[in-house]
Amino acid sequence: MAQTSHGVGGLTYDAKQRAWPAEFNVFLALIILVGAFELIGRVFLGDSFLFNTRDNVDAIFNEARLQIIILQVSIVGIIAIGVTQVIITGGIDLSSGSIVGATAMIAMSFAQVATVNGNPNPKAMFLAQGWTDLPVIVPLVVAIGCGLLAGLVNGSLIAYTRIPPFIATLGMMVTARGIAKWWSKGQPISFPTDSFAAIGKGLMPVIIFISLAILFQLILSYTKYGKHCYAIGSNEDAARMSGINVKNHKILVYAIAGILASLAAVVLCSKNLTAQAGMGVMYELDAIAMAVIGGVSLSGGRGSIIGTVIGSLIFGVIISGFTFLRLDAYYQEMVKGVIIVGAVVLDQWRQRRRAIGA
Amino acid sequence: MSDIVLKTENLTKHYGGVHALEGAEFELRKGEHVAIMGDNGAGKSTFVRQITGVEQRTDGKIWFDGKEVNFAGPIEAREAGIETVFQNLALADDLDVPSNLFLGREKVLFNLGPFSILDRKYMRKATEAALVRTAVKIPNLNNTIRHMSGGQRQCVAIARTATFASKLIIMDEPTAALGVQETAQVENIIRTLKANGEPLILISHNMRQVFDLCDRIVVFRRGRIVANLRKQDTDGNDIVSYITGSKTGEAELAAA
Repeated sequence: MAQTSHGVGGLTYDAKQRAWPAEFNVFLALIILVGAFELIGRVFLGDSFLFNTRDNVDAIFNEARLQIIILQVSIVGIIAIGVTQVIITGGIDLSSGSIVGATAMIAMSFAQVATVNGNPNPKAMFLAQGWTDLPVIVPLVVAIGCGLLAGLVNGSLIAYTRIPPFIATLGMMVTARGIAKWWSKGQPISFPTDSFAAIGKGLMPVIIFISLAILFQLILSYTKYGKHCYAIGSNEDAARMSGINVKNHKILVYAIAGILASLAAVVLCSKNLTAQAGMGVMYELDAIAMAVIGGVSLSGGRGSIIGTVIGSLIFGVIISGFTFLRLDAYYQEMVKGVIIVGAVVLDQWRQRRRAIGA
Repeated sequence: MSDIVLKTENLTKHYGGVHALEGAEFELRKGEHVAIMGDNGAGKSTFVRQITGVEQRTDGKIWFDGKEVNFAGPIEAREAGIETVFQNLALADDLDVPSNLFLGREKVLFNLGPFSILDRKYMRKATEAALVRTAVKIPNLNNTIRHMSGGQRQCVAIARTATFASKLIIMDEPTAALGVQETAQVENIIRTLKANGEPLILISHNMRQVFDLCDRIVVFRRGRIVANLRKQDTDGNDIVSYITGSKTGEAELAAA
């Protein structure tokens, strides 16, 4: 209570009370992690993790590795942007990986070419209907439509039947995966048009990821929608009593998460030039992990897109760091699990410490 | 009749077979501070929830500000000018003070539906003005509510009611969880409201506070209003006997 005496009519305050933004801690963790890999690399392998050590390349950093790190995480990162918003409102979305699978299959069917090397496309889904060589807008709209539909179903189930988000999105996870397999009876769908293939070419996934991250960070910070996300995750009853339409808001949040998952699907199958029913398996958990590592609280109300982006980089650094140290991929998964649990434990601990401090 | 801010007639609420509120007749005049007392489960909070539109009444009529009203939800009641400080503090812990004050009625720069851009500068200024008006002291407006003491939180909740031109303020046990000093701070705010001529309904268990701050005391028991007494016509023992039911008051109400 001592600090209150500094306040006169709420106009002055003790500046020492200002807390670090949580994103700063996450960023610090990223730097420590990179430093650790750098150190281990120098000591045990005689190679640098971050910097260029080859004479034939003129660069300060090992650009190839940096590109791989960010390219690796950008597709799941797009999903994580949506998942972050869902978690901030106090929900969870387990369906995003399966939405990626289903959307990739369906959207790719509308992005195929008619002929391959002069022969009719053997993988074309709609050759008989003549739905080939369509403008790129068609598969895009189809994809967004799929994501929107899945998100609306998720959101409506959660808002109106009041079943827990975990169950609703688990159902969607299984159903959407079923749709992905049923769509082409398990066959992969390939040979996209050039314009569709351009979406995921080169560093395009990174550009799309960063643009969407900036867009949604601005939306969360500066719009009513963002404010209400935090309000609902923080105290749903208070939000309802304050007149926020909590049901509609939840539907909107899950719809946005669905659309972002479908955009990730477009980028993914465009990059791989093929769509398969198994695409996006476990992406939902990776996305949740990125958000949690990035400081998004699973109990809702706290977190940011910036945090999630840094969380996704930590994710990328771990994966590529393990490759750099020539460790088996099995270790990656084990450590990933430990880090996810560690991040949640850290979050809980920080919350408790704050509660005592106040 | 014109100076009556709020009037209820035969206000009734049943939760299934539970008769939480039965035929409540209530009046509140301009500038008047009325206390509602009663045991737990006596119907005080239920009464407030019907007036504020949080729940829909089973039967009865409500007049507010000269008109008969049927609020579909709390936002309508609030738009009509009824501000409520809820028992469980309807604040979002992870938001700062201005965001909480304007929760659900944010001031926007451009209207883009849910993606409307917030006017943060305006909301911050209005928040400062409201805190000054109610003499609330908050060290840092940018701090989230989570970092504040119970008293500061309660002050924010009360300042919220003063931010908007309200015609009636309802407080549901505003000092129940507060320490001595914090309670004094909240009571000072209530006195400020009295001096400004703002009508208030105060639900409280604190006898001293009620006699200190209010003009009239209404006692609920088992869903019914059993007493409606001016402060100078009664005392603590009298009120307690109404609350516990050793005095029924039905005869008096009938006579009055």
